Amino acid sequence: MSTTTAHSVVAPGRRTRFVAGLLVVIYALVTMVPLAWIFLTGFKTPPDSISYPPKVVFEPSLEGYVNLFTTRSRQTPEYMESLPPPQTWYEELVRSRHMVIAGPSKFGERFLNSVIIGFGSTFLSVFLGTLAAYAFSRFKVPLADDLLFFILSTRMMPPIAVAIPIFLMYRTVGLSDTHLGMIILYTAVNVSLSVWLLKGFVDEIPREYEEAALIDGYTRLQAFVKVVLPQMATGIAATAIFCLIFAWNEYAFALLLTSGTAQTAPPFIPTIIGEGGLDWPAIGAGVTLFLLPVLVFTILLRKHLLRGITFGAVRK
Amino acid sequence: MAEIRVEALKKNFGEFTAVKDSNFTVADGEFFVMLGPSGCGKTTTLRMIAGLELPTSGRIFLGGEDVTFNRASHRDIAFVFQLFALYPHMNVRKNMGFPLVCQGMPRAEIRQRVEETARLLRIDHILDKPVSGLAGGDRQRVALGRAIVRRPMAFMMDEPLGTLDSEFRDLMVRELRELHNSIGATTVYVTHDQLEAMAMADKIAVMNHGVIEQFGHPQEIYDRPATMFVADFIGSPPMNFLTVAGGLAPGARDVGLKEARIEVPELREAAPAETLMLGLRPEHIRLDDAGPLRGEVFGTEYLGTTQIVTLNVDDTQLKARLAADVRLREGETVGLSLDTARLSLFDAASGRALASARDDAVHAPRTGTGG
Repeated sequence: MSTTTAHSVVAPGRRTRFVAGLLVVIYALVTMVPLAWIFLTGFKTPPDSISYPPKVVFEPSLEGYVNLFTTRSRQTPEYMESLPPPQTWYEELVRSRHMVIAGPSKFGERFLNSVIIGFGSTFLSVFLGTLAAYAFSRFKVPLADDLLFFILSTRMMPPIAVAIPIFLMYRTVGLSDTHLGMIILYTAVNVSLSVWLLKGFVDEIPREYEEAALIDGYTRLQAFVKVVLPQMATGIAATAIFCLIFAWNEYAFALLLTSGTAQTAPPFIPTIIGEGGLDWPAIGAGVTLFLLPVLVFTILLRKHLLRGITFGAVRK
Repeated sequence: MAEIRVEALKKNFGEFTAVKDSNFTVADGEFFVMLGPSGCGKTTTLRMIAGLELPTSGRIFLGGEDVTFNRASHRDIAFVFQLFALYPHMNVRKNMGFPLVCQGMPRAEIRQRVEETARLLRIDHILDKPVSGLAGGDRQRVALGRAIVRRPMAFMMDEPLGTLDSEFRDLMVRELRELHNSIGATTVYVTHDQLEAMAMADKIAVMNHGVIEQFGHPQEIYDRPATMFVADFIGSPPMNFLTVAGGLAPGARDVGLKEARIEVPELREAAPAETLMLGLRPEHIRLDDAGPLRGEVFGTEYLGTTQIVTLNVDDTQLKARLAADVRLREGETVGLSLDTARLSLFDAASGRALASARDDAVHAPRTGTGG
């Protein structure tokens, strides 16, 4: 042991910190570059988006966003001449490509479906998960361990393995292509995660809190709502984010079970076709917009999330 | 304010018996302490009285009413938990008012009651602070405040001083006893700390393995332990035991050691067992060159006002509490005499104390033991 340098046993040294920092930066680059590329593509013109070598510096254009929200049709120069001058900037943009706006695209509708199904199933998963977690944590549930294992086992196979049975089942009972059907499906997948995560959080809350409330004259339900629930906020927030991210990004079932009314954004975005192939700027714009709700939700709950995933690591 | 009566109370957790056939009565306004090592069933008994556990059999009366199977919320009892169970999402005022909100008390009255209670506990200056930042002693006072604000029939306290550091604990022991003297509510207090129990209790029940070994006043428990367990558990250092020959008849006045005979208080029952245990407290041993015993000094622990001297007597180690100014060398042989009027005899097999002339003066009920 050196007598000249005194260094802390627990705090990392300079070199360790440098290496750790470097690894984080590399990891961030690897994960962020595709996102950044998508974001940039959303602001390119279609020719720029497919140019080779790829353009990193380009003149930004909102064409992708306009294309995302509209359907357009190409017209003859004579017809274009006969039109009154364009009223808005996006009409002008479309006409510069010798097209007119035929109507709104389906993106808004699909996006709304994603919001309804994503948040609906998140709410339901967390609601059911909270109640189940509380019961498993506090009451003597017969065969509790077996039941918990059974709940977890629903996640042990790839969900797509049961895609065909579910597809047939949904068609028979009329849940195909309905919001309710998708909410039930995502809830069924997420509820196991939420029960297990939330049970961990409830286990961490001392029983004394409820017992104190029970002795003070409150009913079990009142004690749960007034005393336990506020302390579960962190766990609920963390669980909700995980559930939302799954339901929001889910692609395979959405592709298989929805086609019209209840189609969510993930299967819709890659199908945006422009002239002569996929409309990459519109897809980039769609993905960028699609990322926003989860991003905002996560940032809002970020404080809880950080506490949530490290919860229970250190006992007070 | 109410009397608490427990009859033939029993609690099993599966195969394990936590409480075996307990019987005791806590008089109205009494400060009752259940004392015992961890796992002895004291907390389980407390939780059954509070209604947080249901007994396997037996009955519990609160103020004459049978509450054995009443919900906790229908018992009018306040409970102070070891970890205080202060709600972290509420400030001190809300925590203290929480039991009153449940009763549907008007806001102005809650405010008044909370402030009144806070003044009594001298925590009125922290009413609007969050509970998370409070020091241990203040948390303790808030927990107490939440209990007394409701003016319940009885208080249950489960090792409420267990998490405080010793300085605060001494302070809180005094405060708790003063508080009890001023509000006079029946209190059941659970602890494993004999000093807390001795300092606060009107009555103590010493428990071990689900059985109440002895029920009585603190002095009674210290001076005339009913069993060897109690004798060993109470006192620091605990009571010393010397093996003596048995086969005594009622009226016997001395017992035989290897080389000496020791006077004891006159025996009131026969002791046919072969071996008996003579129990002597460290302070019952005196240095006396003319005394009947000889001991070799093994070591000393200096405590300031007194010292604890370990002596080898008859292959047994005895701890004696002697004045601090006596100088003793290790290995030195000293003469010892005993405070014969205060010795106890135990049946070595059952651990039970034998009745002697010392018990003649007793009028208080001697045990609350069953099982």
